[in-house]
Amino acid sequence: MGNKETLAILATAVATMAASAHAGKLEDVRAAGELACGVSEGVPGFSNPNSEGVWTGLDADICRAVAAATLGDANAVRFVPLASKQKVLAVSSGQVDMTSRTTTWTMKRDSAEGVDFTSVVYYDGQGFMVRADAGVTSAKELDAATVCLTTGTTTELNMADFARANGLTLEPVVFEGKREAVEAYASGRCDALTTDASQLAAFRAGFASPSDHKILPEIISKEPLAPFVAHGDNQWKDVVTWVVYGLITAEELGVTQANVADMAASSANPDVQRLLGASGDTGGLLGLSNTWMADAISAIGNYGEIYERNLTATLGLERGVNALWSDGGILYAMPVR
Amino acid sequence: MVVVIAILYVLFSNTQENLAIRGIESGFAFLGHEAGLPIGDSLIDYSPTRSYGYAFLVGILNTLFVSVLAIVFSTLLGIVIGVARVSRNWLLARGAAIYVETLRNLPLLLTLFFIYTVVLAALPHPRDAIALSDGVFLSKRGFYLPRPVAEDGIGLFLGASAVALVLAVMFWRWAKSYKVRTGRSVSGLRGALAIFLALSGLAFLASGQPLTSELPVYQGFNFKGGLSIKPEFASLLIGLVLYTAAYVAENVRSGIQSVHAGQIEAANALGVSSGVVTRMVLLPQALRVTIPATTNDYASLVKNSSLAVAIGYPDMVSVGGTIIGQNGQAIEIIAMWMAVYLTINLIISLGMNMLNARVQLVER
Repeated sequence: MGNKETLAILATAVATMAASAHAGKLEDVRAAGELACGVSEGVPGFSNPNSEGVWTGLDADICRAVAAATLGDANAVRFVPLASKQKVLAVSSGQVDMTSRTTTWTMKRDSAEGVDFTSVVYYDGQGFMVRADAGVTSAKELDAATVCLTTGTTTELNMADFARANGLTLEPVVFEGKREAVEAYASGRCDALTTDASQLAAFRAGFASPSDHKILPEIISKEPLAPFVAHGDNQWKDVVTWVVYGLITAEELGVTQANVADMAASSANPDVQRLLGASGDTGGLLGLSNTWMADAISAIGNYGEIYERNLTATLGLERGVNALWSDGGILYAMPVR
Repeated sequence: MVVVIAILYVLFSNTQENLAIRGIESGFAFLGHEAGLPIGDSLIDYSPTRSYGYAFLVGILNTLFVSVLAIVFSTLLGIVIGVARVSRNWLLARGAAIYVETLRNLPLLLTLFFIYTVVLAALPHPRDAIALSDGVFLSKRGFYLPRPVAEDGIGLFLGASAVALVLAVMFWRWAKSYKVRTGRSVSGLRGALAIFLALSGLAFLASGQPLTSELPVYQGFNFKGGLSIKPEFASLLIGLVLYTAAYVAENVRSGIQSVHAGQIEAANALGVSSGVVTRMVLLPQALRVTIPATTNDYASLVKNSSLAVAIGYPDMVSVGGTIIGQNGQAIEIIAMWMAVYLTINLIISLGMNMLNARVQLVER
């Protein structure tokens, strides 16, 4: 290749990079006709490919809801499995449009790492799992224990903080992937496995005999799990944020996948009318069509249905703090109006 | 040249601009912040209160440690297998060929996973650890050995050993010159070894045996005390050694086969022993072919050690990955990875090139 040719190619590349940096993410997604959504590499209940290779779980359904609201098609999603240490970079560099992958909303990530969090989809906390025959009833009895965990997450820091605060020595074995960490625990390399309590329950449910393992009572951290987008595109951030609020609002109002069409046509409740686009212009505020939430709910159901399908039915996780505020939980959607 | 600089400038300013737009901090200031991350296997004293820079240093040392050991062992194993490949013993030659072809054609990652999971699955829980001898235990948690502990008088003993070493080297040099002068052979190496062992042994007893050992004891969850070799480290080391040895063996084989048969026949015709023929005729010529190729394999070995992340050994890439996860400062960490690998590999090439220069044919 000649020098001039090389230069021409590089100049085009630089020009394209510069051009693509200025269009809004919503227009990019529409132009691409699909949503590139970052998910975890396989956490049952949150995002995990099933036997047909279809991504299932709460996080995967959030991706579908956003695709339905923006493109009118819940299946227009390209799922991109991301390892923990890739997730922030994949979003800030524009490799994916958003991430919905059991990521903890922290101040540092939100402020200094080039991403913006949208709204919490699951309130979690870090716990420990041990073998039932280990004779341990509290995480404070784990002194000198070997603990398996995954690299690049808040999990590592929380564990080190917990050990320091309680005067324990915990020996970490840190893996790149979740599956390797779980397998190492299962094979007996580690005495304990630590990650978010919901995931411990998910992994435990996948073991040959779940009753041989127990999750210790201590929850050592707050892990608000939230989807996030690249910093600086406020319109796109609003879209993802309000799709999640819309799903929670739908549960509050009793709008379900089964009755959404009837409710849109005949509900007299002004809140329902606004949510489903029968009156007002809630979609227009976000640059979306006015049936944005009706499309999302008819495709995947409201928040309660998503939770029930992915977490209660398969993993037996109760709603707990993740119940609606009106049911004693802390789930509270901002008003859609 | 101008074009290249212009493009680099555009890329650099573009990156800076994008980082600024997205509100990402850049620079190396974060290296001084408290790391807070735990590291399981460290050569130097480490705790999560140390800085990110110090944590990264722990990673670099782990990378260096496993690489250096792997280079030494893969060289030894590679020479043995390479010589076996050209052996006249059919079984030995076939066995070596199968070894080389198998290891060279499997991805290293697969070999590592295999060793890690097989080693793990086969070993018992520390409660039922295999006791190989007093204070030596083998379990899923690793290989535990007694740790040597220095007592009073260790300085005296070390000093005496140093003197013994100097005397031994002097004897070895004298034996060499004696042989050159008189033509009579004195076993310099064996004599030197005997002098060293005898003198330092006497010094050990005279200074009151200043070296005791701390035995590992099983307690609660794990062994306490003693020295330990973790399964992650062992798997990585074994995997790298087995894999690289296959390549070194091929280099040794080609080196040996490159020596013209006439050279060996001529040497044999002089009637000296086959050991002398190997040492004085075969090896010096084989090394000329072997060393440059092996330099590449050493460089690959160092880079391959980054596969440690897959099996949980805290090497430089694993620790750096965690730092990226905590700070999002990928550009800085990737630059540091590149700088360290480049430095290590340049040092390897420098050393190997110096060695190569010594064995090259000197034309007069």
